[in-house]
Amino acid sequence: MVEAALSKPENLPVGPTGRDGVGWWGVGTLIVTEAALFGYLLFAYYYTGATAPAGWLLETAPRLKLALPNTILLLLSSLVAWWAEQGILRRRRPQALLGFGMVFLMGAAFVAIQWLEWRSKTYSLGTSSYASLYFVTTGFHIAHVIVGLVILLALFSWTALDFFSPRRRIVVSAGVLYWHFVDIVWLMVFSTYYLTPYLGFGR
Amino acid sequence: MRQLDLRTPLVGIDSVDHEARLLRLWETSPGLKGFLTSVDHKQIGIRYIITAFIFLALGGIEALVMRLQLAGPNLSLLTPAQYNQLFSTHGMTMIFLYAAPVLSGFSNYLWPLLLGSRDMAFPRLNALGYWIYLASGLFLYAGFLTGNGPNDGWFNYVPYASRDYNPGLNEDFYALGMVFLGISTTVGAANFVVTAFRTRAPGMSINRLPILVWGTLTASVANLIVVPAVSLAFFLLWMDRQFGTQFFNPAGGGQPLLWQHLFWIFGHPWVYAIVLPAMGMVSDGLPVFCRRPLVGYSLVALSTVATMILGFGVWVHHMFATGLPGLGLSLFSGASIVITLPSAVAVFAWLATIRLGRPVITTAFLFFSSMILLFVIGGVSGFMTASVPVDWQLTDTYFVVAHLHYVLIGINLFPVVGATYFWFPKMTGRMLNERLGRWNFWTMFLGFNLAFLPMHLTGLLGMPRRVYTYNDYAGWHALNLITSIGAFVLAIGVLLFFVNVLKSLRAGAVAGKNPWDAPTLEWAVSSPPPPYNFAVIPTVASRHPLWEEHLDQGGATSSIDRGMLLDEGKETIATSGLDAVPDMVLEMPEDSFAPVLLTLGLAVLFVGLLLKAWLTVGIGGAIAALAMLAWFWPRSELREREPARG
Repeated sequence: MVEAALSKPENLPVGPTGRDGVGWWGVGTLIVTEAALFGYLLFAYYYTGATAPAGWLLETAPRLKLALPNTILLLLSSLVAWWAEQGILRRRRPQALLGFGMVFLMGAAFVAIQWLEWRSKTYSLGTSSYASLYFVTTGFHIAHVIVGLVILLALFSWTALDFFSPRRRIVVSAGVLYWHFVDIVWLMVFSTYYLTPYLGFGR
Repeated sequence: MRQLDLRTPLVGIDSVDHEARLLRLWETSPGLKGFLTSVDHKQIGIRYIITAFIFLALGGIEALVMRLQLAGPNLSLLTPAQYNQLFSTHGMTMIFLYAAPVLSGFSNYLWPLLLGSRDMAFPRLNALGYWIYLASGLFLYAGFLTGNGPNDGWFNYVPYASRDYNPGLNEDFYALGMVFLGISTTVGAANFVVTAFRTRAPGMSINRLPILVWGTLTASVANLIVVPAVSLAFFLLWMDRQFGTQFFNPAGGGQPLLWQHLFWIFGHPWVYAIVLPAMGMVSDGLPVFCRRPLVGYSLVALSTVATMILGFGVWVHHMFATGLPGLGLSLFSGASIVITLPSAVAVFAWLATIRLGRPVITTAFLFFSSMILLFVIGGVSGFMTASVPVDWQLTDTYFVVAHLHYVLIGINLFPVVGATYFWFPKMTGRMLNERLGRWNFWTMFLGFNLAFLPMHLTGLLGMPRRVYTYNDYAGWHALNLITSIGAFVLAIGVLLFFVNVLKSLRAGAVAGKNPWDAPTLEWAVSSPPPPYNFAVIPTVASRHPLWEEHLDQGGATSSIDRGMLLDEGKETIATSGLDAVPDMVLEMPEDSFAPVLLTLGLAVLFVGLLLKAWLTVGIGGAIAALAMLAWFWPRSELREREPARG
């Protein structure tokens, strides 16, 4: 008789612990598929631009006056989100609340400034393929920021209700991860639309 | 009650008390409430399969009507416009509403059983995937039934899909319906990926996974990456049609070929996504009837993954005739030729398994083994069109129609029907009738080949596809008549299959746990399995836990009857990604209204978008948001938060 290979694990964590749990993987798959979505949006930009006749760009030197500070604001908000998550990790609830509140305001400011940026454009959605790509791509990003704002609001309220501890906080870590993603993806969108024209793409 | 953070799960054997406890924890409540809230992967899987078979029947009827129209020259059963809607709806139905969902259904049903787990990693997400599939299918068919079906082929090229040439709601139904359906595919894929890596039985290391799991896992990773391409394409098309954007309009600086790129960046990997799991069914089912393990397990698993990786880089072979630069064409042509190599690995592995085994001829065996032949025919005609000059000659002719039907019917429908003969006893506790099964098989096999083998010739003789009729001097008459007759024979075969299923549900021979003496874990539980699947969590020590005695590979044996009890709550075990070492007790969610409510909200939202009724969009969005808030609200039962203080 051969011995059966019986698994008898000891002291297993019950449920998600820290950020380790199936939910963390779930947000990972969400980010993969969303990153692909933005990849295709940028592919549409580069492909259309590369095959278009000269003069496709409506702005050969996009104005950075609003866009650059706004980009920096969004990237800084990622740092604050990290700081807020640290507040949960170190059992400093006021820090977490302040952090989530600040990220929310920074994100909301980003949306407002982006709105001003849209309004300052001399072209509109249907002017040309460039204009359509610009508004739809940045529009997709704004939509993601707004979803992120709703998540931040939920995290703020749940932290206020004292739901989390360093052990039980997978929701916090997943939400903050999503916010980081929204910020990083903006860097790609910003570089594509605001910086590559200076390198000569699509002129 | 204080919640323990760490626990050593009790190990023991099954008992009556234990089963009663598990049943109370896992059983779905009866009636409408249970129907709407169930998160049991077996119920969801069966719903997927039944819904997909209904769409198969609808798509089949559409095909038969078209074959009547094409049975002779200059027939006028259908107007050109009706024909356009029929062939487009037929393609949409078969590819999006049958071929992929039926495989999701089988995988949903089988995965936790194959993996020795009690459910998928995200049971509520699983329910959401089904509900959205159903809702988007109804949405798409609502278009067809109101005379607004898609009418530009399933691939839906611009400019014909643009508003200038296609002013009705047809393309709006199709575009929005596809974006809606994409959500279902994506959440399903996410669930499969996480389930494959996190919820397997202890000991089921990655080199012990059934090939079906490899196939669906590979397809799911691909879906996560490529489905956004088609969803985006359809969304941009809708924007072009309704909001005056210029994505595909050359007059506004748009690029019509962008549509084709985005569509086929999705479309070609998707072809593999709807065959790789079916190939997995053959790789797992065929060896059971050959009474030996699959030859070349590792090679087959690796070639599954290799097919997909190469499959990302072949999409342009759908666009050889669009005037792209020659260098690009040769690269994609090369990739399309190379991709036959991993496919051939599977073919030779199956042939060797039959040759080295002692085949037992059952209906399932007939379907699985005949698929090898159909796969080779469809593969060779695909290989031919991978060559640019050959493709220029054959593109847009019936040769391509013959090819794609050999691939889709040969590598999807035949394995799926075989898989039904194989796993029906597990799902229902009854065997399908073997005698009727032979009739079923031979009618389908002969009908299919009668319909589609001559069609290669029709294409070589130059008959263009997607055209509603042809002249009598073209010389295509006899071939078309044969194809039409074959199509009806095939349809009778499929009908016999449905008859067999319905008859055997009531009168089939009762199946025990393991009627085929098969080697994998799903056959270790009763037929049909209890709601919790496994009373104790099995420990796996080999690729064939139920064949260890007669394979006698030495070493430790799998432990099926003794294992972790996990009956303190609705629980299963999480394991590490590669070696499947237990690393967490997973708390599983109860049945929930959230998935069906979220689907309802999204359905209202999409109807609002279609009609541009913004208030409706707002209401739908609000319902969806509330459902998601309820879904994600952290719960202490699931250990997502600390229990209420004080």
